[in-house]
Amino acid sequence: MMWVEEIETLPRVGLESIQLKRLQALVHRIYEKVLPYRAKMDEAGIKPGDIQSLADLRKLPFTTKDDLRDNYPFGLFATPMEDVIRVHASSGTTGKSTVVGYTAADIELWASIMSRCLTMAGVTRGDMVHNAYGYGLFTGGLGAHYGIEALGATVIPVSGGNSKRQITIMRDFGSTVLLSTPSYALNLADAMADSGVSPEDLKLRVGIHGAEPWSENMREEVERKLGIKAVDIYGLSEIIGPGVAMECLHSQRGMHILEDNFLPEIVDPETLEPLPYGEAGELVFTTLTKEAFPLIRYRTKDISRLFLEPCDCGRTLIRMEKVTGRTDDMLIIRGVNVFPSQVEHVLVGVEGVEPHYQIEVTREGNLDVMSVLVEVSEHIFSDEIKVLEKLTKKIQVEIKDMLGVTCKVKLVEPRSIQRSEGKAQRVIDRRKL
Amino acid sequence: MRVEQIAVFLENKSGRLAEITRILAENDINIRALSVADTADFGILRLIVDKVDLAKEALRAGGFTVGKTDVVAVEVPDRSGGLASVLAVVNEIGLNVEYMYAFVNKSGADAVLIFRFDDMDKAIEVLQQKGFTLLSGTQICSL
Repeated sequence: MMWVEEIETLPRVGLESIQLKRLQALVHRIYEKVLPYRAKMDEAGIKPGDIQSLADLRKLPFTTKDDLRDNYPFGLFATPMEDVIRVHASSGTTGKSTVVGYTAADIELWASIMSRCLTMAGVTRGDMVHNAYGYGLFTGGLGAHYGIEALGATVIPVSGGNSKRQITIMRDFGSTVLLSTPSYALNLADAMADSGVSPEDLKLRVGIHGAEPWSENMREEVERKLGIKAVDIYGLSEIIGPGVAMECLHSQRGMHILEDNFLPEIVDPETLEPLPYGEAGELVFTTLTKEAFPLIRYRTKDISRLFLEPCDCGRTLIRMEKVTGRTDDMLIIRGVNVFPSQVEHVLVGVEGVEPHYQIEVTREGNLDVMSVLVEVSEHIFSDEIKVLEKLTKKIQVEIKDMLGVTCKVKLVEPRSIQRSEGKAQRVIDRRKL
Repeated sequence: MRVEQIAVFLENKSGRLAEITRILAENDINIRALSVADTADFGILRLIVDKVDLAKEALRAGGFTVGKTDVVAVEVPDRSGGLASVLAVVNEIGLNVEYMYAFVNKSGADAVLIFRFDDMDKAIEVLQQKGFTLLSGTQICSL
């Protein structure tokens, strides 16, 4: 089976008329139910009836992460809480996390979307799907789980961690499909080599990897070490979770966006003007079909490009390039979002520490390692090793508490962190992605 | 009776110690005793010098983080049991040694032990009571 729904191969005109109808209904509904967004529309002088074509989308105000934080936790929900049957929350963001909600229909929609994504990767009912995405508040594990079940394949809800056991399960259960972050896939490959299990001992055929940036080199490595075809999946919890876009087995250029549900735009991050297809800019999504937590023109801060050329697989869905960067300074460390400002916040809170710091990210083996370099001022300096070690430990613990990421803390001499034009370079990313 | 000691933060990279000693030499500062404490990532250089304030200013101007701490200098005969006699007292009254180092003075008859205790006042009081010779900074520099 090549695709689940006819909609994936509709001529553009047909697809766009479906999108427009859904967009119009969405704008009416949000205007009526989501007061903060109604206030934005009123301020911009836009009424729901003004949306007469897809081109009118650009008249609507954007939604940002700040809007989500300002209305934490449920302020932007469009349905009463009694209709919400599940919530998820984003990992490690400044202060408040981002909370998203789903009605029963949303969960069903998400499952059907994920099953369409799995189908793009050639997964069918007979497959044994090893789901190593984390289960919990993170959307990865459960989002994929329901899609695998909806497709009718067998799901192994193994979640993350304990690589040895994962390998035993893969071998004994005959897992044919692996879902994990790309770095965890490489981790499993190394653990296999260590325990003398070769790809030939497994039935793995395809890997579906996302939730963190990865390069073509990494793809080649995953494919070689695990003996599989590795494909890319894109999603973010605000929009629905995994399943916003997915690479098919034919695509040479990006992931198919499930456009009947998620209307994409690329905008110039400075001027916020929409950019033509093929140009790089910030990816913006409008959710066309979600009930509990619909979003209009949500700025993802991910940099990508959109391609309209038809794909060899026959789908007419637009494709997005693998995300090539961020419009902010967010880092993704082992799947967790990290902003340098959060690290700074921790350092300022530790008494006497001057915020002369630098974040260095490297990849040791297959794991991201974050080091925080802190300049030693006379305030914090001591002639006793144990005092300085206690200080580094304290910074480490507080960063772990705040961000959920274990880091190394290195004390360095004053003025050893490079300053360019008086401003320090805060982040050095040495990962070869 | 306390002695002023200078402590300098050292990043674990080549040439740092050479840079410190170069600065001291340029300023005609004589090092009487020193020790380096190190971890995998950083070290602390502790120095007893003849011109404490000048050394501190010069190193600070050279971009180093410098601290000044008080330590105790105990003079003992340079023979077996010298250090043990001091530590026996320290142990008896329940003091902790944060760190220590030692050198032998020019005459060769005596050794000088440099201590940092958790309770400096008590240490000085007890060691003096027990009849140990504590040296001042000036005395150390004129040895």
